[in-house]
Amino acid sequence: MIEAVGLTKRYGAKTAVYNLSFQVRPGAVTGFLGPNGSGKSTTMRMILGLDNPTSGQVTIGGFPYRKLPNAPRQVGALLDAKAVHGGRHARNHLLCLAQLSGIPARRVDEVLGVVGLQDVAKKRSKGFSLGMGQRLGIAAALLGDPQVLLFDEPVNGLDPEGILWVRNLMKALAAEGRTVFVSSHLMSEMALTADHLIVIGRGQLLADQNIKDFISHNSADFARVRTPETEPQQREKLTAALTEAGGQVLPEQDGALRVMGLALPRISDLAHSADVRLWELSPHQASLEEAYMRMTQGSVDYRSTIDQKAGLQQELPPGAMPPPQLAVAGQGQPGWYAPPPPQQGGQPFAMPQGAPQAGPYGAPGTPGAPGAADVNPYAQPAPQAPAQPPVAPPAPAAPATPDLTKPEDAR
Amino acid sequence: MSTPPPPMPQQAAAAPTWQAAPGTSYSSPIPVTRTHLGHALTSEWTKIKSVRSTLWTLGIFLLLVVGIGFLVAAQTQDADFSDVPYTIPAFFGLILGQICLITLGVLVVSSEYGTGMIRTTFTASPQRHRVLTAKLIIFFAVAFTVSVFSIGLVGLMTSAMHSGSSNVSWGGTVVKGALYVSLLGVLSLAVGSMLRHSAGAITTMLGVVLVPAILPAFLMLSQSMRTIGEKMQEYAAPNALARVFALDNENGGGGAQLGLLAGVTAAAIAGAYVLLERRDV
Repeated sequence: MIEAVGLTKRYGAKTAVYNLSFQVRPGAVTGFLGPNGSGKSTTMRMILGLDNPTSGQVTIGGFPYRKLPNAPRQVGALLDAKAVHGGRHARNHLLCLAQLSGIPARRVDEVLGVVGLQDVAKKRSKGFSLGMGQRLGIAAALLGDPQVLLFDEPVNGLDPEGILWVRNLMKALAAEGRTVFVSSHLMSEMALTADHLIVIGRGQLLADQNIKDFISHNSADFARVRTPETEPQQREKLTAALTEAGGQVLPEQDGALRVMGLALPRISDLAHSADVRLWELSPHQASLEEAYMRMTQGSVDYRSTIDQKAGLQQELPPGAMPPPQLAVAGQGQPGWYAPPPPQQGGQPFAMPQGAPQAGPYGAPGTPGAPGAADVNPYAQPAPQAPAQPPVAPPAPAAPATPDLTKPEDAR
Repeated sequence: MSTPPPPMPQQAAAAPTWQAAPGTSYSSPIPVTRTHLGHALTSEWTKIKSVRSTLWTLGIFLLLVVGIGFLVAAQTQDADFSDVPYTIPAFFGLILGQICLITLGVLVVSSEYGTGMIRTTFTASPQRHRVLTAKLIIFFAVAFTVSVFSIGLVGLMTSAMHSGSSNVSWGGTVVKGALYVSLLGVLSLAVGSMLRHSAGAITTMLGVVLVPAILPAFLMLSQSMRTIGEKMQEYAAPNALARVFALDNENGGGGAQLGLLAGVTAAAIAGAYVLLERRDV
């Protein structure tokens, strides 16, 4: 159990963490999310007694970290995969850590086997890839069979096999009744691993809740209903029937309807009794990424923008026209990440301004698409697109870069 | 935060309650023992012997002290040793060799800061003072052993080559010489712990060793600074070593110089401990 009370850390004028209070309970994987520079690592360092809080305190099992009688036997931590002396080989690195807390040397060989580094145990860690470094760090965290585990970005640089392993490892550790606290930028990974989320932005607590609650609190789940496009009166009839039954109905750009507040079978029943045929009835559940983006939108410190390449261009002679800018729906635009909550009203699900009609991938211009967006019932409406924004978002990029130097065949 | 929309049945079914598992906290079947300095000492011993910088600095130290010692011993006559100890050839090697120990002393701690290993170390042992104590003890033991060995070897070599020509006992110079260079190394370790930067700490230590040896030449030019210059020269590292090796017998074998170095080192160690506990890693 990790317990933070009013944790605050200031570096000069900058406040990295402000009045943070939370509990990380045993028996569950708790995800720790926040944009870059939001204070995640600072919080982790304060939990581990590396940084002293300006005010407030954090305890593990009731003790401040620096008062623990044998820290590695109670808390295992992976802070930074490269926080090793590169000139020392893997086994000696773990051995010196084991000796520091009276753990026998045979346990070192055991954890090397667990993380799959036994073949490179006598190689200097300088030559390790990021993924191998992560495995070494995880080995160090597991060394003392601790009750509480902290991982800062554990899957960075791991290959798909490693990611799957870490996911299962964390779940298994939590299932044994340990406290597992994991920070990550990989939303897809967090969605699969974490049971509970703590989200911070600009050093302050944004959310501390169950992952399911988090998603449904911070995004709009809805059902998409499509009636035959040849008969617009059917659509109106259905809208009236659904509204009467207590649902909230919003039209979509391409003729579909967004229905909130009614279950799918109920919508089907209502359509049936109103004698309306349905072409589509699909559930839309927001992803963790959408919910997260939505929540942290206001507290992102480092925001990427579209590269205008203006610094490379020669100055145009007077009178010349600048080359036309392609209109691309992108991260900078409002409402890009996720649909606004249903309460806001208006036309919340309209396309982002300036976007081509059928989403950011330019569907209307596609040659051979008959009638373009209008008659394509499977066209992706814009609000779904944020799951894969074209301008590299932090989340989906990393799992696509598998670690080519797997330890199994590295040497 | 927005109020939640009415949950749909398909998601309500899948929601697990994480609060459902309180009190099932894990505890390791192997009993947790309290750690002590002995653990930190074995750990630091593993650390110092498992990096190449130790091998390089101590290898070059041995090469310099024994190599230069041998050359000096070979180039001198029996008569040269009539009133000096047999360890005198080691003095010339130590003038250069002390830089190796300074480097190693700094690296023992600053390499951890440079690589980030220090965070791993202090996570594994949040009792930071214990880690520094272990580093100081292990480094001093290694440096002292190696310098006693090398100075002693030079003494034995010289006495074998020029047997019977000297009647000055040289056992004390071995210990005092080794103590002086080892303390210089320990001072470097403390400075390295305060500055946390390899290049910065090594340069500072070279300044500490070299500036008092060079500056007096300029201070002597002015009448008012003359006494300061003379004192500085008397306590500069090369001169102090010369006293230790009884090149200059009238001033009592370098006891004052050793005392000053020990005092400065103690002050630096105290500073290192205070900063270590206060600062963020």
